[in-house]
Amino acid sequence: MDHKHDQTPPPWRLFPFAGTAFKNLFSKPATTGYPFEPAHYPDRMRGHVRVRIEDCIGCGLCARSCPPGALQVDRAAGSWTIHRFDCVQCGNCVNVCPKKCLDMMPGYTAPGPVKAVETFTRAPKEPPKTPPKPEDAKT
Amino acid sequence: MAKQSIVPFGPQHPVLPEPVHLDLVLEDEVVVEAVPSIGFVHRGLEKLVETKDFKQYVYIAERVCGICSFGHGMGYCQCLEKIMNIELPPRAAYLRTIWMELSRVHSHLLWLGLLADAMGFESLFMQSWRLREKVLDLFDMTTGGRVIFSVNCVGGVLKDMDQTMLKTIAAATREMEKELRPLAETFLKDYTVGHRLRGLGVLDAEHAKLMGAVGPMLRASGVAFDVRKLGYAAYGELDFDPVTASDGDSFARCEVRIKEIFQSLDLIRQAVGKIPDGPIAAPVKGNPNGEHFMRIEQPRGEAIYYVKANGTKFIDRFRLRTPTTSNIPPMLEMLKGCQLADVALLILTIDPCISCTER
Repeated sequence: MDHKHDQTPPPWRLFPFAGTAFKNLFSKPATTGYPFEPAHYPDRMRGHVRVRIEDCIGCGLCARSCPPGALQVDRAAGSWTIHRFDCVQCGNCVNVCPKKCLDMMPGYTAPGPVKAVETFTRAPKEPPKTPPKPEDAKT
Repeated sequence: MAKQSIVPFGPQHPVLPEPVHLDLVLEDEVVVEAVPSIGFVHRGLEKLVETKDFKQYVYIAERVCGICSFGHGMGYCQCLEKIMNIELPPRAAYLRTIWMELSRVHSHLLWLGLLADAMGFESLFMQSWRLREKVLDLFDMTTGGRVIFSVNCVGGVLKDMDQTMLKTIAAATREMEKELRPLAETFLKDYTVGHRLRGLGVLDAEHAKLMGAVGPMLRASGVAFDVRKLGYAAYGELDFDPVTASDGDSFARCEVRIKEIFQSLDLIRQAVGKIPDGPIAAPVKGNPNGEHFMRIEQPRGEAIYYVKANGTKFIDRFRLRTPTTSNIPPMLEMLKGCQLADVALLILTIDPCISCTER
């Protein structure tokens, strides 16, 4: 053991944080008062994935590139499903989307008693308005 | 000869942030041998490389650990960039350097807080972590995450920093340096801290090299070895020298880490000043085929990454040798002869990261 530290410290070193403690009495807290105050999220925050389903073409690239496999895309049904509690907010789906219809948005998925699964379905396209064909004479 | 007894230490212990178990063989209060056992948080992350494609695995590599997350993603990407002969754009190299150094600052501040907490110095612990929050806020602003950043990709990075962000970072480093000075003075000059750390767990340079110590632990024994001097990312264009201390005790390890925080803040400012314009990612074509080793200096020391690819999108083997793996043998050597009451503090001075070690 080094004996140069065996001396009694000088009195001004006995309370090294007295100044900090005094300063803290008159400054605002370092923490935010969440949930009583709203949390402030930066613009780039990867909180949850948002889909603009009307722009989705159902290519399924997002589902194939999702590391935890939290996405399912059904092209025929025009649906896009996300298992919110499997998603790790890596943002890979957003990077690979060819139509750029996915975004990472601020704010986390709220906790709940069951694992939330959300499905977004694209509204069916209206059939083109063409004049009805004349009925077949044989039928 | 005194009667020997075995005292189990861990895996759950107030001073350990992660689980590791030691069987301490004691003679009275003195440790004569320590037998470690690990494996409590093994998750099989290396094996996952066989089932996820090489681009997806970046997100898994960075989840090996919550503190060195950026470095793990970077090390894995650098291996693939070498295998695929991708030239990293200079701006991406600088961005990686800035994020890597911010990781070092937050890792060392976290460790300083844990050290103060282990000594019972609660106010020092709180002030260290309060300062660390500022680094996490910078990560939050630039990457969108506080712990997992998801900004690395094969060929570069996914997110750029505009001038406003770079100026904010440079200003924050100056502010942090100012706030760190009184904390550093307390760590390095306080009677209690010195009394608790000086002369504890002495590891001389010869033993440190012989037993494979890495990182701040090696440099605290007087060996000026820092993998950053190899010049990966943008380190080759920055001016710095490895921080060393000569005593090799716990106090020297604390001193090295504190000086490394100041050095990292300086490196960040250098990188912000020199960052060139240009693209942030190079295009990636085809699948990797070949193998490569890569070393990077993580906050805890030298980490080694190995990737073996087979020409498909799935990789054959990813291997990661973490700094804590290298630092455990010298730690066991240091434990011999120490008092039982000092064991917790001594284990903490190697800055153990069990998540990395077990993956």
